[in-house]
Amino acid sequence: MVEQFESSNDVTVTLPRVQERIPTVVVDDAHVIYRIHKGAGGGGGPVGALKRIMSRTSAPNIREVHAVKGVSFTAYRGEAIGLIGSNGSGKSTMLRAIAGLLPVNRGAVYTQGQPSLLGVNAALLNDLSGERNVVLGCLAMGMSPDEVQRRTPEIIDFSGINQRGDFASLPMRTYSSGMGARLRFSIAAAKKHDVLLIDEALATGDKIFRKRSERRVRELREGAGTVFLVSHQLSSIRDTCERTIWLESGVLRMDGPTDEVVREYEAFSGK
Amino acid sequence: MANTTVADPDSGLTGAQLAQRYGLRFAGERPTLGEYAGQLWHYRHFIAAYANAKLVASFSNARLGQLWQVLTPLTNAAVYYLIFGVVLAQNRTPNFIAYLCTGLFIFNFTQTAVQTGTQSITSNLGLIRALHFPRACLPLAVTVTQFQQLLGSMVVLAVIVLVTGEPITLAWLMLVPAILLQTVFNAGLTMAVARMGSKLADLKQVMPFVMRTWMYGSGVLYSVELFSEQLPSWASGLVELNPALVYIELARVSLLENTPLLSSSLLQLWVTAVGWAIVMGVGGFIYFWRGEQEYGRG
Repeated sequence: MVEQFESSNDVTVTLPRVQERIPTVVVDDAHVIYRIHKGAGGGGGPVGALKRIMSRTSAPNIREVHAVKGVSFTAYRGEAIGLIGSNGSGKSTMLRAIAGLLPVNRGAVYTQGQPSLLGVNAALLNDLSGERNVVLGCLAMGMSPDEVQRRTPEIIDFSGINQRGDFASLPMRTYSSGMGARLRFSIAAAKKHDVLLIDEALATGDKIFRKRSERRVRELREGAGTVFLVSHQLSSIRDTCERTIWLESGVLRMDGPTDEVVREYEAFSGK
Repeated sequence: MANTTVADPDSGLTGAQLAQRYGLRFAGERPTLGEYAGQLWHYRHFIAAYANAKLVASFSNARLGQLWQVLTPLTNAAVYYLIFGVVLAQNRTPNFIAYLCTGLFIFNFTQTAVQTGTQSITSNLGLIRALHFPRACLPLAVTVTQFQQLLGSMVVLAVIVLVTGEPITLAWLMLVPAILLQTVFNAGLTMAVARMGSKLADLKQVMPFVMRTWMYGSGVLYSVELFSEQLPSWASGLVELNPALVYIELARVSLLENTPLLSSSLLQLWVTAVGWAIVMGVGGFIYFWRGEQEYGRG
């Protein structure tokens, strides 16, 4: 632990030496609002629904959740940025907005190239074997069939799902949640990215896999321009990021060197 | 501390100016129509693999597996034959079994494509929010899956048609362009309903009724001559333009000898079939593309 902490200090030291600060992600006063249909139960069953339609009031069962409220920051090439904050503070939403998967309602997000989101939520087809899911996932990331064929064994090896026997040919619904998450991480990490967004991915799997995936993230970071990492594991933020952004209820609360921000955050969350 | 912009050490530019200087683009910017078509072409392997995967997955829990691809249309045909061929027997249509099955299978191709298409965005929201790919892949994959199902039904249909005493003729070859045109039509329609379904969850509830009405208006279960006999001429003229009816009639003309037709000429049938394929194919694609940025919102 102490060793890793020191090595992350080295990274912080080397950063100012980067001569040209080229921005890769510019987030300019971004707002994201979810509109949620709560479905029935919003008020009085069918009769209530009919009344609302007749009186033309907007249904109370549509609620707006303002998940990100005017966040602005600029990320530069070569940075690894941690995103922290309590549950529901808008971290994952922020990542999705940067990835262009969830459009912002106000403000703007500018990016260099196509950022890729590497999340544990990537829903694949649970009825299919792990191997077929690898093929599908790679194709969905835009790889050519040749490349997919070449990479598939590597990906399965990396995920380590075959350690307990031939699981790659079994449907994914038979996997434990950890195995599924490992496979998804391995698929997404198989590609090189300009801007890489990682959502809690390191928190999955056992200790061995976590070490392996942290190493992989460092490799990806060397190839990628910028890495964002969302995690509740402050240790993995400390190990991989030199800059940290703290979001709290959709508002940017602090942005600066990891040490300072994490210290403040720990004080805030009462650790 | 809240809401503060981190000062850029090298400039006091606004976000937009900074983005412009370094050539950054809007996240998730919609590509032009041409670029979008190009991207889709690049993702053709994904579409094929995804369609295939869906087909396999849909049978993966069933003990009989992919045999259902043939059993489902057969059972369907048997049920309808029991009701419309035996109970409500009508003798006016020659070779009613083959007539009914052709209509059923061709209509079913459009019907299931539309029904699964309506949910192709909403049921894949996880995938959409996780990975970047042109979203039209999803409704297109639905069309491909249904096309594969149709091929299964067509084998069944060929057997039924032959068993009921129809000869194999050169006209059977017309089935190929007819089905291809219908596939283009379905692809456009599926993309259109996919966008509508992504915005309006209620559509899923309404769709079965729409489809049933459409089925009754397409002369699947009874002789199409009823339209011209029972309806005023303007209404029967409208029914003649019904795309589902057009594709069904084309299939019937190809497979069956002296089958009743609503349309006055074969040429008219082909012209409407091509027209619908172009209008729906292109229209549905443009309509879907215009919503491209919004699909992640759900």
